[in-house]
Amino acid sequence: MTRIFVPRDVAALAVGADDVAEALVGHADLVRTGSRGLFWLEPMIEVETPEGRIAYGPVEASDIPALLADGLLTGSAQHLRLGIPEHIPFLARQTRLTFARCGIVDPLSLADYRAHGGFEGLEKARALGPVETVATVLASGLRGRGGAGFPTGIKWKTVAEAKGARKFIVCNADEGDSGTFADRMLLEGDPFSLIEGMVIAALAVGASKGYVYTRSEYPHGIATFDKALGIARAAGILNADFDIEQRVGAGAYVCGEETSLLESLEGRRGQVRAKPPLPAHKGLFGCPTVINNLVTLATVPCILRDGAAAYQAIGMGRSRGTMPIQLAGNIRHGGLFEAGFGVTLDELVNDIGGGTLSGEPIRAVQVGGPLGAYFPPALFDTPFDYEAFAAKDGLIGHGGVVVFDGTVDMARQARFAMEFCTVESCGKCTPCRIGSVRGVETVDKILAGQNIDANLELLRDLCHTMKFGSLCALGGFIPYPVLSAMNYFPEDFRPAQRLAVE
Amino acid sequence: MANYEPWSEDRAREVIADHVNTEGAALPLLHALQAAFGCVPLAAEPLVASALNISRAEVHGIVSFYHEFRRTVPGRHVLRVCRAEACQAVGADAVGAHVRSALAVDWHETSADGAVTLEPVFCLGLCATGPSALLDGKPVGRLSPAKVDRMLETLS
Repeated sequence: MTRIFVPRDVAALAVGADDVAEALVGHADLVRTGSRGLFWLEPMIEVETPEGRIAYGPVEASDIPALLADGLLTGSAQHLRLGIPEHIPFLARQTRLTFARCGIVDPLSLADYRAHGGFEGLEKARALGPVETVATVLASGLRGRGGAGFPTGIKWKTVAEAKGARKFIVCNADEGDSGTFADRMLLEGDPFSLIEGMVIAALAVGASKGYVYTRSEYPHGIATFDKALGIARAAGILNADFDIEQRVGAGAYVCGEETSLLESLEGRRGQVRAKPPLPAHKGLFGCPTVINNLVTLATVPCILRDGAAAYQAIGMGRSRGTMPIQLAGNIRHGGLFEAGFGVTLDELVNDIGGGTLSGEPIRAVQVGGPLGAYFPPALFDTPFDYEAFAAKDGLIGHGGVVVFDGTVDMARQARFAMEFCTVESCGKCTPCRIGSVRGVETVDKILAGQNIDANLELLRDLCHTMKFGSLCALGGFIPYPVLSAMNYFPEDFRPAQRLAVE
Repeated sequence: MANYEPWSEDRAREVIADHVNTEGAALPLLHALQAAFGCVPLAAEPLVASALNISRAEVHGIVSFYHEFRRTVPGRHVLRVCRAEACQAVGADAVGAHVRSALAVDWHETSADGAVTLEPVFCLGLCATGPSALLDGKPVGRLSPAKVDRMLETLS
């Protein structure tokens, strides 16, 4: 029977992929894959033909009988036909390294994984040995994809040289930023890439145990990854020398901060630790620990396989390689776009993303999650690059890009940022714990029209205190969305005057 | 919709015993209790404290730190509606307001007939097909007030 690939990614399930799969039972051999990441086309199914795979989407279960009658199984049905997926411009313009297999392979098939270049990186690492493996990661220029952008190779080198009774590899899969789903897609669509990356890390630094800390909001990803761990154990890829355990978070955003995550793994409240000591010296259970974002670890295998130079050749400035950028919110073509650093915000949201879903002009784009700045169209020439965003008082974070049209009220967004911080603050440091509460109160006064000038100045002063006085990035970066909203959209903070003008 | 066991101290001790020997046992253990009983009741805290050899205050501190742990058994269905920015950009505030009024509850509350517990969630990773929700663990995308009504009608 003809093979048809139907995604099982939760974003495809949310728009009916399971119903589509059910309608195809008995007509084709179904392979459930991750998602290609073209979410406006989901459920996007692919039919295997002698000419290659032919994609259809967005397909509803009710479309299936007619599609079958028109020749779906040979790829000749014309309705909803997208053609060869790799030729769809959104995919054709990408450089897929970390996400090379996602949406193509059966995520729980080791044979598929091997057939698409899996474990070649691990073989290379074994041949190179620990020192050369670390040197390769360092030379690739790979930086932490969780947001901090710290050079991965330096982290690994520090742990490799540290002395400890035990060493750990910890994967941060607590992907809490709104507008991001790259970790989730890999957990669901290519879990072996993470396992391979962690095994390579363990070889490189001499670790005996790995933990993946996954957020509880990802039940499908958790289930798929647990299955993948079982398969890897049965195949001996995980063994007595190095095994991985998945731990599930419990809804605390701050646990995405690395020291808070370690506290949580140790069984405590997720309160941030002061640094130093660095986790590389004293991390999990006081032992030297590599703690990396999921995308970082899942990128390591292709760096080892293709060599540091190939990865280093992509990108701009000090941002080397590719970044899985996630286009979200009010956007026509939302999804995952992996590209070399340097693509501009304008290309991303207008050209590739197709503007807003509502068809209205874009008013603001928040990059980097709830701690990221809101950029107005005047800043859309900013290239996607750690330093270029920092230079404009923003951050790229984990690569989330959330688009808003003119219905957004930026004073409300500033209030939301402060409110989010009151709910999610771990409570350890005063600027974050108290400052965010005062921030909400102050925005409320501004919205009520009380002493607007004085309260705007107070809010600025408060942001300054939080930025420079907070222990971690939660309190420290919340000023980015607040200040950018104030700086680029000042009219929203003067509701009375705005009404008068209207 | 989940079937939870009625609270039983003996059963709780069994659940705790299954996890107490893992390193950093608190979260796996609390998750297991909540999976069994639908919540982590106050009565569980002294049992966890004694099993982990920490004070009851510490256990209370852990349970209350994490948003996910509930104190009471939820309704027959749990609806988790995303309130984060990407969903806000496509109308999540209106969807949230509509759900609250349709169920006559606020966030974290259960409808009077015990059918639905409404919980806010900050991101489900479904940010390009929002507004998003999880109904009993099943994802729902492109929510609108009308779609919410159709969804709630199916629940009892």
